[in-house]
Parts: sequence; structure tokens; C-alpha cells
Amino acid sequence: MIAVVDYGVGNLFSLGCSFSAIGAEAVVTGDRDVIRSADRIVLPGVGAFRDAAEKLRASGLAEVVTDEAERGKPLLGICLGMQLLFERSYEFGEHNGLGLIAGSVRPISEVIPPNLKIPHIGWNPLIFVKPSRLFRYIADGDCVYFVHSYYAADCGDAVTAEAEYGAPLTAAVEQGNIFGCQFHPEKSGEVGLNILRAFCEVKAV
Amino acid sequence: MITKRIIPCLDVRDGRVVKGVNFSGLSDVASPVELAKRYSAGGADELVFYDITASAEGRSLFTDILTETAKSVFIPLTVGGGINSLADFDRVLKCGADKVSVNSGAIRDPSLVGKAAKVYGSQCVVISADVKRVGGEFRIFAKGGRVDTGMEAIEWIGRCVDSGAGEVVVNSMDTDGVKNGFDLELLMRVCGAVTVPVIASGGAGRIEDFLELFRRIPEVDAGLAASIFHYGEVEIRELKRRMAEDGIPVRL
Repeated sequence: MIAVVDYGVGNLFSLGCSFSAIGAEAVVTGDRDVIRSADRIVLPGVGAFRDAAEKLRASGLAEVVTDEAERGKPLLGICLGMQLLFERSYEFGEHNGLGLIAGSVRPISEVIPPNLKIPHIGWNPLIFVKPSRLFRYIADGDCVYFVHSYYAADCGDAVTAEAEYGAPLTAAVEQGNIFGCQFHPEKSGEVGLNILRAFCEVKAV
Repeated sequence: MITKRIIPCLDVRDGRVVKGVNFSGLSDVASPVELAKRYSAGGADELVFYDITASAEGRSLFTDILTETAKSVFIPLTVGGGINSLADFDRVLKCGADKVSVNSGAIRDPSLVGKAAKVYGSQCVVISADVKRVGGEFRIFAKGGRVDTGMEAIEWIGRCVDSGAGEVVVNSMDTDGVKNGFDLELLMRVCGAVTVPVIASGGAGRIEDFLELFRRIPEVDAGLAASIFHYGEVEIRELKRRMAEDGIPVRL
């Protein structure tokens, strides 16, 4: 069973549906025991980093997610959920993330040319940087759907794919049992479903 | 490199897809859920559902359709029509919408865009503008194009973006249904005035109209159309293949 962590940030209806569509059993939940008993965990998120980080901590779920990830349970952070995996974010100040992967989250405006629109929104091809278990059923150059204004920086070793938007932006990361997608697999058509399918097959360490 | 989006728009009334020519003479086309699945499988980058129902009954039928669509279609879904309050945002977002498009609601209550952007984020708030030339200027029309608000369009769109709208759908009433190409003059003016993604709507009749749109105005992010897709006059796969041949970045 997959636990999609519900900590009051964003709408998880589509994400739940996307797992049903690939025949995986997913529960959208804020219950610690359910998350602890799950085989794998998905950490979603939209909106502002600070607000999401605070809600995740206040609900006590930050601790559960961190514990389970450190125990080797497969964890997938999506969009802001991926950004929360890092040590800190510089979105409106400086805020601590879960620190599961080394790196920080910075505004894309620091690296892209000023004529490009922010947020980076739309379908952009994935450029594979190194192999990832998430890419088992997709190909280099497949398009996925992005909506974000911040990106994961200084996370060199963990980066598995980038997207080109005036600069290479971190699109996907993998470190041990911990995975992250800056894009929305649940909104990326068949390619996105294939990424979720691959995540469902990742073995715990 | 970010790709240009092709977006079919489904006007839904009483649970069925309809399309008006110049906003009148509606005719039934198909089941919204089936059409949405067909478009998603056929290469559409996003879908817009426009609720043109007036009754409460029709409204709940619409949210049922939305829920059904979200269960089987995994591309971004924008919902518009009858969005007048944060409660309306909430209602459609819970049923699987990713973005909410506001039109008359933002004209009636100028604070709606700002309030919604604060709660749901700018990426969620789309301003949809029905624009028509009146006496040498571009004017904003309300209520499905029936009422001239007297407001200058470019300035109004700019204000909505300043308030937090994250995307703009520009629907030219002058070219809508005419099938003789997008309103390039209007679109250039809007693209010159805002820094958020601009979606062109109204006037596409054939593949060449999309090619001309993206060639002439590279700042335009997406092209939206309805009847030409519903009636199979333009097939999305073929359109995207031609865009790629023309060097326009596109998701194949």
C-alpha cells in the first residue's frame, strides 16, 4: 500500500486517481500509523515552502516521513514535496526542509534569462543525467509537466534528470530509497503514470 | 525547452459538450468524459472545461463529469464558467481541476483574482478575457460575450495579472468562429503587456493558423480551440507533427 501524505497542502484527488489508474493501492492519509504501515510513501505539495514545511512539522508527519525514509522505505517527493526533501529553501527568507538529501532550493530567476516567464510552466523534455529506477519505463526526451518558480540547487550527485529552461533545472533526484520529481507525474500523461509505475516497483533497502 | 501547448476547450451544458459559433447557435457534440479521454490519448497538452450551465442541477452534473474525467485523464485540467467566489474555486479544485479560469466573476468582483491567488497560488488562477473591438479600442465583454463592460482590455488584463493571475486566456470575439486565423494584433498587444503565459483563443480554422500564431508571436505559450477539434477538422497529432516540422517546440 502507498501512503500519499495529506498534511493540508493542496489537492490530492488527481494523485490518488493516478495510482488507481495503474492498479496500485494508494491511500491519501494524514494518519501516522497508516503512513508507518505503508510499503512506500509519496510526499506531495503545492504552494509556499515555509507554509508547507510548518504544516508538515505541526502535524507531526515530518518526523514520521523522515523516520520511515531513514529506515529505507521508498519515498517519492513531488513538486514542493521534492523541494521539502532538501536541507533548506531560500523562498521568501531561509527555511529548513527535511534534510534527507543535501542541497538547497533557490529561485529559478537566479539562473534563467530575464526574458523567460516565471513560473516555469508547461511540458518540457526530461534530459537524463544518470540512470534512475524511476526511468525504467520512460525514455530520455520524454516530456513531463512542470509548474514551479524554485528549483533544487547544489544537489549534484542526486540529480538524475534536468529540464532546459534557459538553464538546466533539476527535474528529478534519487538517493538510495529517496526520490523526487520537480514535475507532476500525475499530470504528465502516460509518461507520468510510467514513472509512478516504476516507483511502485522500487524495493525497500 | 518548454513546448507550445495545444488545448482543446470543451463547453459543457447539462452534461454534454457544446460549441457555439460566435457564442450563439449551440449544438451538441459528445460526452465530455469520452471526448476528454480521446483528446488526452490524441496528444492534447491540457484540457479546458467550460461550464455554461445556469441551473444548480446542471452545476452538480458538471462537477460529476469533472470527477469522472480526473479519474481517467492525467493531463492538466482547467475549469471555468460560473466561478464567482472562493467557494467556487474550492468546489472545482476538489473535483480534480488544476487551474480555475475566471471571467465575469473577476469583472463583478475585482478582488476575486487576488484572493484566489493568495489561497491557491497564482499558478492556479487563470484569467479568461472575452475581447472585442469597439470604436477603435479593445473592450472586455462579460457574461459569455453578451455585455460590453466599457473597460479597455489590455489594461484590465494587466490589472488581473498584477493582482495574481498566473495565466491569461485571450479570446477574441472578433475572430471566434470565423476560422480565418487567430487575432494576432490583439495577442501581440497582450503579450507586450504581461509576463505570464498567454493562451490564444478564437479564430483557428486550420493547421496553418496555429503555425502562423507561433511563428509570428513566439511569446504565445498555447493555442486553444474547440469546434475544429470536436468535428475533426484539425487532428491534434497531425497539427503537432506539422509544428515540429516547422521547428516549433512541441510535445509529440
